[in-house]
Amino acid sequence: MAFAAFATTEAQPQTTRRKSPIALFLLLPGILYLVLFFLTPLISLILTSLQAPSEFGDIGVYDYAFNWQNYVTVIQDYWPHILRSFGYALLATVFALLFSYPIAYFIGVKARRRPLLQSLLLVLVIAPFFISFLLRTLAWKQILSDESLIITSLKALSLLAPDAYFAGTPFAVVFGLTYNFIPFMTLPLYTTLERLDTRYLEAGSDLYANSFTVFRKVTIPLSMPGIVAGTLLTFIPAAGDYVNASRDFLGGPDTQMMGNVIEANFLVLLNYPAAAALSIILMAAILVLVGVYVKRSGTEDLL
Amino acid sequence: MSIREFAESGADLELVGIQKRFPGFTAIEELDLTIPAGSFFALLGPSGCGKTTTLRLVAGLEEPTAGRILIGGKDVTDTKAHQRPVNTVFQSYALFPHMSIIDNVAFGLKRRRIGDAQTKAHEALKLVELDHLAQRRPAQLSGGQQQRVALARAIVNRPALLLLDEPLGALDLKLRRQMQLELKTIQEEVGLTFLHVTHDQEEAMTMADTVAVMNKGAIEQMGAPEELYELPRTAFVANFLGKSNLFTGDVVGTTESAMTVDAGGHRITVATARSQRHRGLVTVGVRPEKVTLHAEQPDEVADRNLLGPGRVIDVSFAGVSTEYIVAVPGVGTMSVFAQNMTFGPVAHEGSEVWLSWDVEHGFGLSDEPDESSRFPADADTQSIAVQRREALITELEGS
Repeated sequence: MAFAAFATTEAQPQTTRRKSPIALFLLLPGILYLVLFFLTPLISLILTSLQAPSEFGDIGVYDYAFNWQNYVTVIQDYWPHILRSFGYALLATVFALLFSYPIAYFIGVKARRRPLLQSLLLVLVIAPFFISFLLRTLAWKQILSDESLIITSLKALSLLAPDAYFAGTPFAVVFGLTYNFIPFMTLPLYTTLERLDTRYLEAGSDLYANSFTVFRKVTIPLSMPGIVAGTLLTFIPAAGDYVNASRDFLGGPDTQMMGNVIEANFLVLLNYPAAAALSIILMAAILVLVGVYVKRSGTEDLL
Repeated sequence: MSIREFAESGADLELVGIQKRFPGFTAIEELDLTIPAGSFFALLGPSGCGKTTTLRLVAGLEEPTAGRILIGGKDVTDTKAHQRPVNTVFQSYALFPHMSIIDNVAFGLKRRRIGDAQTKAHEALKLVELDHLAQRRPAQLSGGQQQRVALARAIVNRPALLLLDEPLGALDLKLRRQMQLELKTIQEEVGLTFLHVTHDQEEAMTMADTVAVMNKGAIEQMGAPEELYELPRTAFVANFLGKSNLFTGDVVGTTESAMTVDAGGHRITVATARSQRHRGLVTVGVRPEKVTLHAEQPDEVADRNLLGPGRVIDVSFAGVSTEYIVAVPGVGTMSVFAQNMTFGPVAHEGSEVWLSWDVEHGFGLSDEPDESSRFPADADTQSIAVQRREALITELEGS
């Protein structure tokens, strides 16, 4: 029939690409930089992680070896910290997503017709970056400490139990992680939602979907690139963070994360192979988790 | 009627005293409209006339400032878009880019929990002959294919009322003709009520049973396409729906059957029954294809208007017909369409011609054309200049 004449053939991706020596030449500084500052330390790290203590040496002196038992030992010794790291990072990512999505939706979709309000809100999202990360975390330590004005007033008003405390608890650490990484979630979400075509939402409601279903079936899938980018930008640094969980900041003895353990092994115990092995485990675990996540969220064709 | 079941047949649409104001402007002044069940109704108008707003009000995507909307006799004014037995084919198609074609088409059925959504969606895709592309994504389809998917996605729900928002605007001419036929066939097959919004007068006339011409937020005239074309009631309709030659003048004589108007010294007679007004200043008109071109002065015939001599200032050949622009002293320029029955034009630029038409073919309007629309939008500066000069000469001769 007539329509058959309009059947399309799928467009073939362009495969022919001319190889030019100029392109290689232009890539050279980048390649050199990567080899020097990424590949070399990585190889050094791998080699360190396999070192064995020197037979006649002092503490902190190691020889090159193939001591893969280092990995077994650190996993045996530090598995609670490894689990805690990913647990806290996951919680912080989920909270950041829950808080950021409505904010990003408001700035990107609802405030579209008011550019001034939009810019003002964006500045407010970025404003905390103007102050040092460490200072902000210290400020929260003050606010969450037992003697702080807020905690004492809440107790006086009986909104908090008299023996309640926050300093050094997992709550404080997850709170700090969420707070510190929230802009990394809000900004990518905002950029996708800002481009969200509201005509799809209208089409959804025209096709009998109530506002919740439209959100679930149309808005969320269409903002998936932002969700994936935001969660990665939050989860990866949060999993490796060692400031929030540190005893000097918001953490306590029971909230130590992998970053804190690596720091302690490297700077206090001078156990360089253990620190290196832990670093590589952290890196590998993040790579695997991120790979599975990106594959599962099925956003390759949306990105 | 519940949203959970298919419409057995199309439903009436009734708009009562609809008004829609946006901050800063009024999109719809006051609109009363009844569309009978099972009809193919076209809302025709230039951009910004309020036709798309009307459609969005019916779909539930906008709320009216005042007035009621009734579908199948039921007041739906206060219901949300997803609760109305209405589906829209959007101008931009708005196919969900993250879903396959089949999931797009089945979307509405799944929301209403209608059983066998996949099978029904495949049937709808077969109707538009795209079932072989069911697993593709919208971005992999051409514009015409996307348009057909959008149509399938709407009609698969068997809505009591189907809204079409200039869905054919993005298609090329050939595909558009084909889709027009296809839409008409589908409408007749499934018996739904179609409300079609367009600015293409030809599309509206070929497809719809009833056309309503909208201008500045109100309906100017409504009726069957032939009726609107042959007997326009306002200058806007006369010029928006095809072309018209209009003459404004005082009524100098009225009988039972005919009314004569004095336009710039020429007497033009119109059937009394075909005129809206019969007293004072009246605008009368005739369609260009009803006018006959004469190379020599013809004899005066009863029941026929005769104008001339005039001068041909432009000849444009358009295949089946040729358009002659003739400047007639006293009345300005006139357009004449002549079928190309012989090779070559009947008259050349600059030649002297006479024009005549049947009194029965004229019509009298209820208003005068705006100053600006005295010149058709596509008139060239030369014809405007000629028209101005003629007007000046008439004025000087008259004084």
